[in-house]
Amino acid sequence: MINWFLTEEQQMIKDVAREVADKVIAPVSAKYEESEEFAWECIEACAQADLFRVSIPEAYGGMVPSGSLGVFNQCLVVEELSRVDAAIAVSYAASGLGFYPIIFFGNEEQKQKYLPDLADGKKLAAFGLTEANAGSDAGGIQTKAVPDGDHYILNGTKQWITNGGEADIYTVIAMTDPAKGSRGATAFIVEKGTPGFSFGKKEKKMGIRASATRELIFQDCRIPKENVLGREGQGFIVAMKTLDHTRPGIGAQAVGIAQGALDDAVNYARKRVQFGKPIIAQQAIQHMLADMATSIEAARALVYAVARSIDAGTKDISKESAMVKLFCSDMAMKVTTDAVQVFGGYGYMREYPVEKRMRDAKITQIYEGTNQIQRNVIGLALNKEYAGKKH
Amino acid sequence: MNIIVCLKQVPDTTEVKINPETNTLMREGVRSIINPFDNYALEEGVRLKERYGGAVKVLSMGPPQAKEALTESISLGADDAYLLCDRAFAGADTLATSYALSQGIQKTGPYDLIICGRQAIDGDTGQVGPGIAEHLGIAFVGMVRKIREVEAGRAVVERMTDDGYEVINCTLPAVFSVVKEINEPRVPSLRGKMRARSYQVTTWTAAEIAADTARTGLKGSPTQVVRIFTPKRRGRGEMLNGDTGEKVSALFDRLREAGVV
Ligand SMILES: Cc1cc2nc3c(=O)[nH]c(=O)nc-3n(C[C@H](O)[C@H](O)[C@H](O)COP(=O)(O)OP(=O)(O)OC[C@H]3O[C@@H](n4cnc5c(N)ncnc54)[C@H](O)[C@@H]3O)c2cc1C
Repeated sequence: MINWFLTEEQQMIKDVAREVADKVIAPVSAKYEESEEFAWECIEACAQADLFRVSIPEAYGGMVPSGSLGVFNQCLVVEELSRVDAAIAVSYAASGLGFYPIIFFGNEEQKQKYLPDLADGKKLAAFGLTEANAGSDAGGIQTKAVPDGDHYILNGTKQWITNGGEADIYTVIAMTDPAKGSRGATAFIVEKGTPGFSFGKKEKKMGIRASATRELIFQDCRIPKENVLGREGQGFIVAMKTLDHTRPGIGAQAVGIAQGALDDAVNYARKRVQFGKPIIAQQAIQHMLADMATSIEAARALVYAVARSIDAGTKDISKESAMVKLFCSDMAMKVTTDAVQVFGGYGYMREYPVEKRMRDAKITQIYEGTNQIQRNVIGLALNKEYAGKKH
Repeated sequence: MNIIVCLKQVPDTTEVKINPETNTLMREGVRSIINPFDNYALEEGVRLKERYGGAVKVLSMGPPQAKEALTESISLGADDAYLLCDRAFAGADTLATSYALSQGIQKTGPYDLIICGRQAIDGDTGQVGPGIAEHLGIAFVGMVRKIREVEAGRAVVERMTDDGYEVINCTLPAVFSVVKEINEPRVPSLRGKMRARSYQVTTWTAAEIAADTARTGLKGSPTQVVRIFTPKRRGRGEMLNGDTGEKVSALFDRLREAGVV
């Protein structure tokens, strides 16, 4: 076993998350996968165990000392939850996606108003950027916010928003000055229940079925000006900085899913007998398991290294954060596909857990920017980096 | 509201075996845990505190290692923990144990409610809860499956029975022993674990709780364990078939064969 040199506090966070995953989530995971209902009892258990505090500053009810960020803590929790159920893990993680913008760009009043309830887990947050015609090309968003006295009036529809309908606090990116292009967007905090703010139908998905994915619909929705996050025109900066800090969490989710698949596969291979011996005695199976285990550890090492680097205050993290998401999600897709292979026909049956892991792994290659987009980010950064170097 | 939870550290019986030659418990290397039924008592105490305010104090009698179980209870939401620890307590039966605990309870200050698990998984007697109530001269309700409400000097609880439940309105302070149907114990919280990390359990000797040592430990125990053994497994009973008349005459035949009648 690799010694990851976790501090006592980090070890505690990992242990508590594991206990919630094994004792509370595991027994009900299949039930929520089947019903596709939102697993509030699991979210409440996360809240009770203080797991929402791990990435929120101490000053606002969290556990992150000033000067640090808690990205590594968040990764530890997401990894442990995803090992058992990636859908419930993303419901947890998407709250972070919604509240990181408040931590980074919120003013004192906004932080005081929203963060303590989010740290308690009494409320969930969500993040609304994507629209029907603006996915990878986020610059194409058409939701508009027009100033009107001390308010903005929001119109438009956000699509596929994780925790949509379940969360109370939404960070929403809308165009305030379309003529300015990428400098014309602004981030807003929108509370559930604001008149003119409603939700579309819940999507039916390939995987992470117990997570809620809905449209956010704004029809002449009046938002007070004090709900602007950062400055007007900073919307895409808010979005990009947030994603730079949450993509390692998607890497951690992928590592957790893959670890769960490996655990299933090794246990199964030791028990399943064909040709008079357990299939793990076949070199073909052993080698597949060996490759799975090795790539998981490599991916985990990348998550931990980058998350620690971010917490230590490293600037310019876009490239490394994209690398984590890219490498880990591709790894998880491969590992979960191989886990199904180890199970043979049983792996294809919904009665066994590995086909779910394979479906769940797929989303990690898509959301928070597809892996093509991650490669673009990395490629662009390389080009910039090397432009200034002598050779 | 001041709530006291009595808790025992026990060997994890899923791991304990009995030495077939000496008929003693083989405790070496066996993990110690909070008596599983006491987890429900602790959880109920913490929930009542969350609902009505107040504090949860946890009390145990046992060897110094029992501090581990008490520290764990801090991570699960208890405010304070006390261990009655003295040679004079060793070898106690349920009478001596409930006497010592009742003295300890009085030492913790004013109390409204004392909650125990229905029984300990090592002794399985279920006598300590009612014993405490008797020593303190207060009400006892066993097999509590729900605490409906608590208000000034009074509580309404549901007591499980074989074929349903009874609603009991009782005066406080009282002792309740709870069944596992009452709640789903939580996992420890991070803040709780952090607090537990540096928490110092208070230990009290017999003298500190003003216990009469003639009434504690082996000396104060009218019952003593003579022998522990694994009972012989009995064969399956025989089921008699037929209508009532046939069954009665078959049964009578068996009893006559056995020389009972
Ligand atoms: C379950 C789920 C939950 C989600 N949760 C949220 C959420 O909480 N908040 C939120 O804002 N969004 C959310 N999303 C949206 C998600 O981030 C987008 O789906 C994702 O960014 C891709 O956008 P798209 O689906 O429109 O694909 P498109 O942008 O249409 O891409 C289609 C394909 O073209 C490729 N492609 C596009 N542009 C390029 C390029 N320039 N170079 C190379 N390849 C390219 C893509 O990689 C992809 O393979 C969620 C999506 C899903 C499925």
